[in-house]
Amino acid sequence: MTRNLLLRLEVWALRALRRPYYDLPLLGALLLLATCGLVTLYSAGDLDRRLVLNQAAHFAVGIVLMLAIARIPPQVLRNWTPWLYAASLLMLLVVAVLGQGRGANRWLNLGIMRFQPSELVKLTLPMMVAWYLHARDLPPKWLTLAAVALLIGAPALLIAKQPDLGTALLVAASGVFAVFLAGLAWWRITLILGAAAGAAPLAWHFMHEYQRNRLRMFLDPESDPLGNGWHIIQSEIAVGSGGLLGKGWHHGTQSRLEFLPEHTTDFVFAVFSEEWGLIGVVALLLLYLFIVGRGLMIAANARDTYSRLLAGSISMAFFVYVMVNGGMITGLLPVVGVPLPLISRGGTSAISLLAGFGVLMSIHAHRRLLPR
Amino acid sequence: MRPVFGNRSAQGKRSAQIKDAHSEAARFRTRAIVGFLLIATCLSVLGLRFAYLQIDRHQEFSSRSDQNRISVRRVAPTRGLIYDRNGVLLADNVAAFRLEVVPEQVKELPRMLGELGGVIALSDDDIEHFNSLRRSKHAFESIPLRFKLSEDEIARFSTERWRFPGFDVVPYLTRSYPHGEEFAHLVGYVGRIDVADAEKLDEARYAGTTHIGKTGIERSYENDLHGEPGYDLVEVNVDKRPLRVIERVPPTPGKNLYLSVDTRMQRAAMDAFEGRAGSAVALDPRNGEVLAMVCVPSFDPNLFVNGIGKVDYSTLLNAPDRPLLNRAISGGYTPGSTVKPYVALGGLELGLRRPSDTVLSTGEFFIPGQSRGYRDDKRGGHGRVDLVQAISQSVNTYFYSLAYEMGIDRFSGWMGKFGFGKPTGIDLIGESSGVLPSKEWKRGRMNQAFYPGETVIAGIGQGYWVITPIQLAQAVSILAARGVRHRPHLVRAIQDGLNVPAVPVPLAPADPNIMHNVENWTPVQQGMIAVVNGGGTANGLGDKNATSEKFPYVIAGKTGTAERFSRTDEEWTSISTAPIERHEVLFEAFTPADDARVAVIVALEAGRSGAHDAAPIVRKVLDTWLKDDDVRNVSATTP
Repeated sequence: MTRNLLLRLEVWALRALRRPYYDLPLLGALLLLATCGLVTLYSAGDLDRRLVLNQAAHFAVGIVLMLAIARIPPQVLRNWTPWLYAASLLMLLVVAVLGQGRGANRWLNLGIMRFQPSELVKLTLPMMVAWYLHARDLPPKWLTLAAVALLIGAPALLIAKQPDLGTALLVAASGVFAVFLAGLAWWRITLILGAAAGAAPLAWHFMHEYQRNRLRMFLDPESDPLGNGWHIIQSEIAVGSGGLLGKGWHHGTQSRLEFLPEHTTDFVFAVFSEEWGLIGVVALLLLYLFIVGRGLMIAANARDTYSRLLAGSISMAFFVYVMVNGGMITGLLPVVGVPLPLISRGGTSAISLLAGFGVLMSIHAHRRLLPR
Repeated sequence: MRPVFGNRSAQGKRSAQIKDAHSEAARFRTRAIVGFLLIATCLSVLGLRFAYLQIDRHQEFSSRSDQNRISVRRVAPTRGLIYDRNGVLLADNVAAFRLEVVPEQVKELPRMLGELGGVIALSDDDIEHFNSLRRSKHAFESIPLRFKLSEDEIARFSTERWRFPGFDVVPYLTRSYPHGEEFAHLVGYVGRIDVADAEKLDEARYAGTTHIGKTGIERSYENDLHGEPGYDLVEVNVDKRPLRVIERVPPTPGKNLYLSVDTRMQRAAMDAFEGRAGSAVALDPRNGEVLAMVCVPSFDPNLFVNGIGKVDYSTLLNAPDRPLLNRAISGGYTPGSTVKPYVALGGLELGLRRPSDTVLSTGEFFIPGQSRGYRDDKRGGHGRVDLVQAISQSVNTYFYSLAYEMGIDRFSGWMGKFGFGKPTGIDLIGESSGVLPSKEWKRGRMNQAFYPGETVIAGIGQGYWVITPIQLAQAVSILAARGVRHRPHLVRAIQDGLNVPAVPVPLAPADPNIMHNVENWTPVQQGMIAVVNGGGTANGLGDKNATSEKFPYVIAGKTGTAERFSRTDEEWTSISTAPIERHEVLFEAFTPADDARVAVIVALEAGRSGAHDAAPIVRKVLDTWLKDDDVRNVSATTP
């Protein structure tokens, strides 16, 4: 046993010397993004050093975790997948019964630290869908789809009930992307989208009142400029007043003077847009696009279906963060509490994101070490 | 070590291997490319949305961002000062201290206010006013709680300050009237802006102002005295809390006013009343300048500046002799015999009398065909009197018959030329019209015809007549200036800015002479001279007396002793033991008689006779005028 372990370590070390367990372009892009996030946070948090140091510490933990996960072969991950999924689902159930948190029951108190099971699901759900599809005939048929819908639906509904529509959306999206990448026939996609459109009024019926208000405000923010529309209007003012070149770092009056709500978390993109202008926004969007593209490249080069689908869905889910958050702060999409990845304040979210990239790096690092 | 699922996953791998791995990888690649293109498209849409907001609508959002963050804070200007004609300060701004509170810094405000009461006296009014201000201000704004702290209070508060976080003693400028009650009605006073004021005010101009002119010059010249507010452009946060000043424009102080009044004459007049209720007005007939304008009793205007207490106020308001009333412009008096010179001049002007024409006074005058008699002052009458004697002896019959012959239309038409029955237009708000008896007035007021008997008594200033002191002063000035009217006015010059000379207020052009034949003036003047110097009703007024030397100029005057009550009134009999209270007594005078430079009238609400009570006050005012070279010689050019 011990000898076996030692032998394994030796092999790992040799491999590490031969080739690194990280993807340099991806790592570089992520570090650039994280730096950008810290700089933006320092301004948005009105030069609060503690806030930035706290975020940097979480980044450090996340990067270490990412590099550690990068060393775990995807095969191992695949073997753990059902257990991890089951465990995260269980935790969601526990939270649903006795969770605690402000306004929404999202947190699980583990005594030494508080923990958001939904963050774990962001990773375990695409893993589970990839694991399931890996063993099926692809492209998936209706029966497979139904099973996948169950796998996606159970945690997504639990999270939506917390209520945390943003995370539920992200979690569901990552599963859906896996199905899409598995080659679901276009005619089936069209049919499903049509059915979804038909069911939209039903969704309205099941929504919380605050969620409905957000939708109403999204449709016409100026109808209630001091109430629910306030966030959207102030965010649009911040973005629009930034102009082409921006007001300059820490010169964004909308956030500094607190007109912008949640300016370190959900609306941090508005602060960024106000201070760096369209130039900065385009640069940031290109950086995000690069990360997504690099992730999809890694996925395309992966050796098995599980790795491909997992890497692909993680990458595409990453885009959803950017799109939903960017759409929200510009009034393009309704207000849904989704952070801007690696820029918004929030350690847990950063760690779970980086862990996801750890999986990507693992898939990248092991692309040729797996048997054909 | 191996996970339990190992076998199943190995099976899965095998089944995967059975599938066409290559075609599946290729299918994935296609899907990944499609996915990437979809994502790129979505992000482009997002980018375009940003471009739309940041380029197309940049101007709009930029200005809305500025509207958000920049707020204009008005800085109140310093109120203009008020001087008398010699530069004596009548209304000043003095440094004082007030107690201010920032509500958000105070825990348990009501309890702290209670505790503070032990250190600095707080009236219910103070707390009420504070609470009403609080409702309209932000919690971080400092709100005045008590104005004008005494040195004792400041000292006591300083030692106890630690107990009252959020409370602070703040210096400010407060209005002060160094001459107190002497100018209470004339200069007036400022007071805290109340709800009624706020509705009428230009909000932007008064945003930082706490006080506004309530009466007198302070009110009439509010527009000049107030000045223009400056402003601070302040960056504010979402709670409107100011963070820094972006731009500062200092306020423009209010204009300084130089009045035509002379403090010494004002004081002399005030003192001469010795507390008896009444009013005195002195004008310069050459230009209408008001040299003195006194109301007795008076009050201390300083009480009103920082909020008069309810008790003080109701005491003043309900006092039977009405100290708050500005008698000079809105007190109503019966003119009595003081109208006789004007009626006499009317007789000459209208061709009804020649100076030498005489009328027989028998002690009673009868309208032809009527049995009711109109009495002369002197039992048995004055005998045959001409115009000069009629004025100097105040012979009623002469004027009964003259008024009767004029008829009410010609009478009121003529008397109206002296300004009776309408405001003089003095630059003070609140002037009354008085009553000039006329058919129109009586029809409008009582819807009745005018009876000849009423015309007869109007001829001696009785009946419906009501005059204000300023009207009588204007009338005697017109007479003194041989028929030329100058609008009475108080503000002589206005100084706009500290280092700028005061600019005289241009005189309104005088009205055309009211007389057709200037020669008619002399007999009337002779009559008025005879009142004082020719054995008339106020004979010897200009002579040397206990307090003053012989007056060097010839004084022309006329007494008036009006009955306060009809002799059939109950009041008449009830006070019959104190005849001194039966009459309103008046005296009008101008001097030098040939080339008048001052005209004075005095109205007393209770007295024995005009000559006995009112004339000595006039003499004292004239004595002071005499001593004051400025008033005598300087005409209205520069102060």
